[in-house]
Amino acid sequence: MVTIGIVYELGKEALLFFTHQQWEVPNKITITSIEPAWITFEVSSSGSEITEGMVIRVNDEVMLVTEAQGDQLSVIRGYQDTEVSFHPTGQEIEVANKVSLMEFFTKTEWNPQIGRFGIWALVSATLMTTIIAILVALPLGLSAAVYLSEYATEKTRSTIKPVLEVLAGIPTVVYGYFALTFMTVLLRTIFGNDRVEIYNTASAGIVIGILILPLVSSMSEDALSAVPRSLREAAFALGATKLETATRVVVPAAFSGLAAAIIVAISRAFGETMIVAIAAGAGPAFTLNPFKAAETMTGHIVRISGGDLSYDSIDYNSIFAIGLLLFIITLILNIISQRIVKRYREVYE
Amino acid sequence: MWVTIFRGSTAIGIIALLVLLVNIANGAFGYAMIEFEVNPEELTEGEIAIEQLDKDALVQVLQDNVSSGLYRRLENDKPFAERDHENVHNLVIEWVVKPQVAYQWTLLDSLLNRSEIQREAEEEFPGLELRFVSWLDTEFITNPQSGDPIKAGVRTAILGSLWTMLIAFLFSFPVGVGAAIYLEEFARKDRWINRVIQTNINNLAGVPSIIYGILGLAIFVRALEVFTSGSIFNPGQLAGNGRTILSAGLTLGLLILPLIIINSQQAIRAVPDSLRQASFGLGATRWQTIWSHVLPSALPGILTGTILAVSRAIGETAPLVVVGASTFITVDPEGPFSKFTTLPIQIYQWTSRPQDVFRSIAAAAIIVLLLMLLGMNTAAVVLRNRFSKRI
Repeated sequence: MVTIGIVYELGKEALLFFTHQQWEVPNKITITSIEPAWITFEVSSSGSEITEGMVIRVNDEVMLVTEAQGDQLSVIRGYQDTEVSFHPTGQEIEVANKVSLMEFFTKTEWNPQIGRFGIWALVSATLMTTIIAILVALPLGLSAAVYLSEYATEKTRSTIKPVLEVLAGIPTVVYGYFALTFMTVLLRTIFGNDRVEIYNTASAGIVIGILILPLVSSMSEDALSAVPRSLREAAFALGATKLETATRVVVPAAFSGLAAAIIVAISRAFGETMIVAIAAGAGPAFTLNPFKAAETMTGHIVRISGGDLSYDSIDYNSIFAIGLLLFIITLILNIISQRIVKRYREVYE
Repeated sequence: MWVTIFRGSTAIGIIALLVLLVNIANGAFGYAMIEFEVNPEELTEGEIAIEQLDKDALVQVLQDNVSSGLYRRLENDKPFAERDHENVHNLVIEWVVKPQVAYQWTLLDSLLNRSEIQREAEEEFPGLELRFVSWLDTEFITNPQSGDPIKAGVRTAILGSLWTMLIAFLFSFPVGVGAAIYLEEFARKDRWINRVIQTNINNLAGVPSIIYGILGLAIFVRALEVFTSGSIFNPGQLAGNGRTILSAGLTLGLLILPLIIINSQQAIRAVPDSLRQASFGLGATRWQTIWSHVLPSALPGILTGTILAVSRAIGETAPLVVVGASTFITVDPEGPFSKFTTLPIQIYQWTSRPQDVFRSIAAAAIIVLLLMLLGMNTAAVVLRNRFSKRI
């Protein structure tokens, strides 16, 4: 029920986002008056060009341009159920600007004020924080898991695991504070204040890495522990060292569990919100420099919905479009991880 | 050599936790340079401390130093004759002394370089008072939110958090446990629809929390506005705003619902089948078996899972920001239809401010939040240990 609800609501509002018309002023005016019966008229040659297929508005009447030859426009009058009326000369013409799917998925500039909605500006920042987080959490988490399941004594394991779980239970807003007041300061001392901006994706990414570290290590440790003892003993009997057993036998045997853990971690890092909202920056920017400020999808949603968001604005609809994309990506990641576990699990007696 | 790497990685996790905690403490305590608009010593001509003045003298100080309009307004709020000593003292601090933080040091600095700080303080801020400030004190917990960092407190935020938690719990506990009972005891596992539901619930647990916030905004705040703003219950009133405690609580309830279902399912599954069969053997119906045998034995597990889920809800920030928690409220929430703010949102707001002093009170608020979480988790562990041996 809830899933259907999520998809329905997000889909509905996201659809509104793509059909929402914004009127732009291309600095063109009518140079003749327009009688209600006319279907062609002339416009001034100043301003940006009007081409076939555009939807334009004169006063309150909306028209669809069927043919444009120079400054001569052929139109369908009274488009979108507006009233056909007489327009005097010298009227401003407005052009409808819709957010096309094409623009949404290919452009790299996100600036709602001037009608630019290119999702890559936000996705690039999200990808960057996610990749940094995985680069931090993957090696650390996997080695911690190998240590805990293969080397540590029962006593060490039972003390370290709860500590790592505490790390997982801390609210993300606390991590946000940590990223801003500690990690950013640390990065700025190491790399210099002029190279690292106050808000940057590197510090947010590293802290997300710390956040998902317990997730990776505990899921991987479960996977490693599930590998039967007989396999290890067989390896030892063949003369393998402890390290060889761990890396050549146990890790490959637990591969499906490890892969699932990593994918779940990616999905978690992707949807992480408060850390990036606090530490990554407040302004969409298409940049691949981790020391620059950039806004992620989640961070953008939080920032623009922070105030009293009006329900009819394109901003309101845009958060649903972003949300839908985010939901689909994380859902796919989660489904993949479940499939991997199911399909590639090696069953031992 | 590899072992060292493995061990080191594990240590990094623990070090990260320690650094995190130290960092918070570092912000929450430390020396601060307090600047006064009027130095308290001048008020008493340096003879005694301002706290030792009696009430009449304090009222006199107030009368001498504030405009007559303000004095009359304070008198109108509550006559000075009826105010107690502490209240008048607070008024003097608030309106005459007006303390402000000019500069502050972190806890580590304060402990390690004490003498240097004292020297620096005398050189750069002559005449100001150097004080060791604990931003976390009883006043911080009992004061309402305020724009002035010295007076700001978290009472409104704590109450907001408790209210939303209560509503989230009331909504998701019955629904979640009901769903778990259905899935475990009634649903036939071989029917595809039940498998789809099960996969779905597992997937929902992995959906980013902000998605729930957007959903709450669309459904509870907007579509059900007449209900969540409470205007349906007082028809005379103007349509209110749906950004209320109720909307937030329901959103969080939705968020923790999958967690509660999964945890309850595990708890119910752990009840041995022999118990059910014994009950059936004595002629009990299916519902009697569930109500008087399965549920009582599964209850500790269910409660533990629920507490953990609710403690997840208490730390959630993103969905509430989207649902529209107001950030500046000085009045306590009165019921489900009030506007509200919560502890994590307060932390977020204070952290986002550029001034250091707001970071300090954010750190103090974080300590309060972590203590609340610690309390709930301890309760969960105690519950688990007490009841786990019974079966």
